[in-house]
Amino acid sequence: MKWLTALLILLFAGAGVGWLLTSPERVSPDQLAGITPDLKLGEQVFYAGGCASCHAAPGAEGDDKLILAGGHSFPSQFGTFIAPNISSDKNAGIGGWSDEDLANAMLHGTSPEGQHYYPAFPYTSYAQMNVEDIVSLNAFLKTLPAVATPAPAHEVGFPFNIRRALGGWKLLFARSGWVVTGDLTPEQERGRYLVEGPGHCGECHTPRNGLGGLDLGKWLTGGPNPSGKGKIPALTPDQLDWSQGDIAEYLKSGFTPEYDSAGGEMVDVIANTSKLSDADRAAIAAYLKLPQLAAGDASD
Amino acid sequence: MFSVRKTALAAALIGATAGAAFADGHANPAVKARQQVMSLYAFHLGTLGAMAQGKMDYDAEMATKAASNLAALTSLDQSMMWPAGTDSGSMEGTRAKAEIWSNFPDVGAKGKALADASMAMKEAAGGGLESLQAAMGPLGGACGACHKAYREPES
Repeated sequence: MKWLTALLILLFAGAGVGWLLTSPERVSPDQLAGITPDLKLGEQVFYAGGCASCHAAPGAEGDDKLILAGGHSFPSQFGTFIAPNISSDKNAGIGGWSDEDLANAMLHGTSPEGQHYYPAFPYTSYAQMNVEDIVSLNAFLKTLPAVATPAPAHEVGFPFNIRRALGGWKLLFARSGWVVTGDLTPEQERGRYLVEGPGHCGECHTPRNGLGGLDLGKWLTGGPNPSGKGKIPALTPDQLDWSQGDIAEYLKSGFTPEYDSAGGEMVDVIANTSKLSDADRAAIAAYLKLPQLAAGDASD
Repeated sequence: MFSVRKTALAAALIGATAGAAFADGHANPAVKARQQVMSLYAFHLGTLGAMAQGKMDYDAEMATKAASNLAALTSLDQSMMWPAGTDSGSMEGTRAKAEIWSNFPDVGAKGKALADASMAMKEAAGGGLESLQAAMGPLGGACGACHKAYREPES
C-alpha cells in the first residue's frame, strides 16, 4: 500500500509540475510602464509585422487590407486554423485590449483569458519584439475600422484542441534570444530585428519538424510549401545570390533582378515591405547577406 | 519472341499516348508566345528598373522608349495565347494555373490593370527620375497581382 501511495503522490506531483510548466506566461505590467505610443511607429510596425496578410479578409486588396475581419484559413497537419478578427471592435475584435493584453499575445502567445494561442499566430517570432513597438502597434490598430462579426472558430480536432498542451509545445519551441549572433553592424542588427522578430520570415522560410517547431539548425534554408505545391526558397547567401540592392528592390517593388515578379504568398509580403522605409529594407537585405547564415551555421 | 515484340510495341504506344496527353508546354506555340511576351516585358522593365535603382544613368528619351514599348506590349490582345488546355495541370513547361480559365473576367481585369500601370509609366518615365521611380511600384504590384492568383510556385 505504501508504494502505491508513494506512486500516487509522485504522479500528482509530476502532473502538478507539468501543470505549472504549461501555464501561460504573461508580461509584468512594469515592463510597459511609461511608454508613450507613437502612431507613425505603430503603422510601420503594422507593416513590418505583416498583420494584414493573415487578418484581412481573404482576397482583400488596397484599403480593404486595413479591415482586419479575419477569416483567412490555414490548413495544416494539425487541423485548419482560421485567422481571428483583430479589428478595433470591442467584442468581435481586439478594440478592448490593453497594451498588456497585446504584449501577452505577441510576446508569450497568451490570450487575455490566460489561454495559449496556437502557433499559427507567429508569436515565437514576435517574442523578439520591443515592447515600445507593441504599445505603438496597439494604438495604431485602434485607429482601423471595427468589424462586428467574429471570425469562425478553428477547425482543430483531438488531441490538438487541448490548448493546455500548447504549453509543452512552447517549452520545446519558444525561442529566447536571436538565432544569428556575433558582431553585427547597427544596420545588420536592425535587419535581424525585422527578420527574426516582426517580419517573421523564418516561419515560412525555415523548415519545421514533425511537431511543427522550426528547425533552427536550418534557419532560412527554405522548405516544402505547406500548400503541397512547389517549395519555399532559401534566403541564405549561399543559395540566394542577389546583391543587397537586389533584395531591397525586391522588397520594394516585387521585381527580381531578372524583372520577373513575386508570386504566391510573397505578393502579400511585398505589399507590406513596400510600405517600410528604404533604410529598413536595406537593413533586411544586409542581414540576409550575413555570411553566418550560409550553410545553416546560424545557430551555434 | 513475338510476344516480347508485341509487349514492347504496346509499351511504346502507351508511352506515346501518355506523352501526347501530357504535352510539353515549351513546344506549344501559344505557350511559347505568351512566355516570350513576358520576356519582352522583363527586358523593358529591366531598363526602367536599372534607372530607378541608379544602376544606369537616367535618360529621359531611353526611359520613354522602354515605357512606350511596355505600354504597347501590355495592351496586346493576348486571347489567342491562352487556349484552353494549356494550364499546368494539362502540360509540362507552364506554371499557368487552371483557375485562369475559370476566372477569365478577373484575369482580364488584372491584365487591364497592368496596361493602365504601364500607360502611367509611359506618361511618367520622361518626367524625371523621381517620377519614373514612383511609377515602378504600381507596375510591380500589377505583375504581382496576377502572379499571386494565377501562377504556380516554382518547383
